[in-house]
Amino acid sequence: MDKVIYMDHSATTPVDPRVLEAMLPYFTQSFGNPSSLYTLAQDAAKAVDEARDKVAKALNCRSSEVVFTSGGTESDNTALRGAAFALQHAGNHIITSAIEHHAVLHACEWLEKRGFEVTYLPVDRDGRVDPKDVAQAITGKTILVSIMYVNNEIGAVQPIVEVSRIVKERAQAEGRNIVMHTDAVQAAGWLDLDVKKLGVDMLSLSAHKFYGPKGVGVLYVKRHTPFEAQGLGGSQERNRRAGTENVPGIVGTGVALALAEERRPSAVAHCARLRDRLIEGLLSIPGTRLNGHRTQRLANNVNVSFEGVEAESVLLNLDFAGVCASSGSACSSASLEPSHVLVGIGLAPHIAQGSLRLSLGPENTDEEVDRVLSLLPGIVAKLRAMSPVGEPTR
Amino acid sequence: MPFYSPLVQEHLRNPRNVGEMPGADAIGVDENPICGDVTWLWVKIQGDLIARVTFKTRGCPAAVATSSACTEMVTGMPLATARRLTAANLAQAVGGLPPAKVHCSVLAIGALHKALAAYERARHPGS
Ligand SMILES: Cc1ncc(COP(=O)(O)O)c(C=O)c1O
Repeated sequence: MDKVIYMDHSATTPVDPRVLEAMLPYFTQSFGNPSSLYTLAQDAAKAVDEARDKVAKALNCRSSEVVFTSGGTESDNTALRGAAFALQHAGNHIITSAIEHHAVLHACEWLEKRGFEVTYLPVDRDGRVDPKDVAQAITGKTILVSIMYVNNEIGAVQPIVEVSRIVKERAQAEGRNIVMHTDAVQAAGWLDLDVKKLGVDMLSLSAHKFYGPKGVGVLYVKRHTPFEAQGLGGSQERNRRAGTENVPGIVGTGVALALAEERRPSAVAHCARLRDRLIEGLLSIPGTRLNGHRTQRLANNVNVSFEGVEAESVLLNLDFAGVCASSGSACSSASLEPSHVLVGIGLAPHIAQGSLRLSLGPENTDEEVDRVLSLLPGIVAKLRAMSPVGEPTR
Repeated sequence: MPFYSPLVQEHLRNPRNVGEMPGADAIGVDENPICGDVTWLWVKIQGDLIARVTFKTRGCPAAVATSSACTEMVTGMPLATARRLTAANLAQAVGGLPPAKVHCSVLAIGALHKALAAYERARHPGS
């Protein structure tokens, strides 16, 4: 087989060799527990502090506001439960969107079972939340708003700045607290993560989406934000996340985020150009629909539906040719339900079944785009020839 | 994407007996209303044997592979034997399916049984 073409960067990314190199000493040499007193352990503690500083620099926040977690899922879960329970004396209403990642949606459903009420805001056909809907949804009991920065399936960038402003103005006018959280897992390396500009109280990241290791995440928690720790135990992470730190992972996260910020402008320019080439080429296949906005989307995201074909069959055929991509269809889950995101933007279930996501990274090339564009028309034609249309005849 | 057996992959690469069959004796259609997957199966019967089967399927690799395997398996098979086939037989014929994909093998078997029932009804009208 030819060299693998990797176009699934929204699922995960490889660890950057520079990140790996930075991590390695903390497995075997400087392996001490950062909470211990001796020099060996202090090396580890110092490394964690340095990583925290790097993350703080990328987020434009204080180092003390950075909490390391086990990944995007834990950051999201902790943000929602942590704020909800800290403010349950003040209210029980939470606002989120219908197209959040399950790390947010399932946390909301869990909270609903425990007395909280959740409003799931709809999105428009391009997958965007209307800030006016947020304003309308806020009640006297609203304590938490969680809207993702960018959607992982269709790359729709949400108006976080406007939403945060609305939430904060309302909270201030009423003299109470409404916590604003954003799941920025898909934004790192692509969008500005400056929490002051965004106006958020909490923000989630996951290192493996930006060439860092898997199983490490970040939760930014602004000073004085009502927050109840979820994992209980030691006093690590200033009592906000108990448990011995994943030192190598945290070191890798710091280096990876610094590198991602450094290459962000060039990555965005390069990938947006490849993305637009892909979109244009794919739309020339008849019966193809672009999901999400043509230009108002993350620089690395392409999501299309091919009428009359099922996504996994496209994916497996791409895999035969060495191309890694993913689908938004969830026929793989026992529920059979198509993606809540594609249904959320108004797609009929059978169209959602045919959706293909290609997510780019800085190492993708024009030649790889050419190859994918030369492969897909044949794959779609082959599957369509196999696909029943209209009424059966004999 | 779940892990598919080499046989499922082989059937997706080279599906057998694809397309409509002019002069078929019966057609069976089965559909999953939730995920929208569809299988059409055409059968040609000679005496008590299934002489030829063709299919069209819109669906995941599991649905396509079990359809393709079904056409291969029942060609030349006595009608009575074919009527006793189950989804599990088809799943087995493609080297097994990931647990979440077992439901996809019911399309092909459903279409086959419907085609055979339609053939019987046509032969014995009013029965
Ligand atoms: C938007 C979003 N949130 C959260 C997560 C979960 O991150 P992790 O896999 O690190 O738990 C993902 C990963 O797929 C994601 O895309």
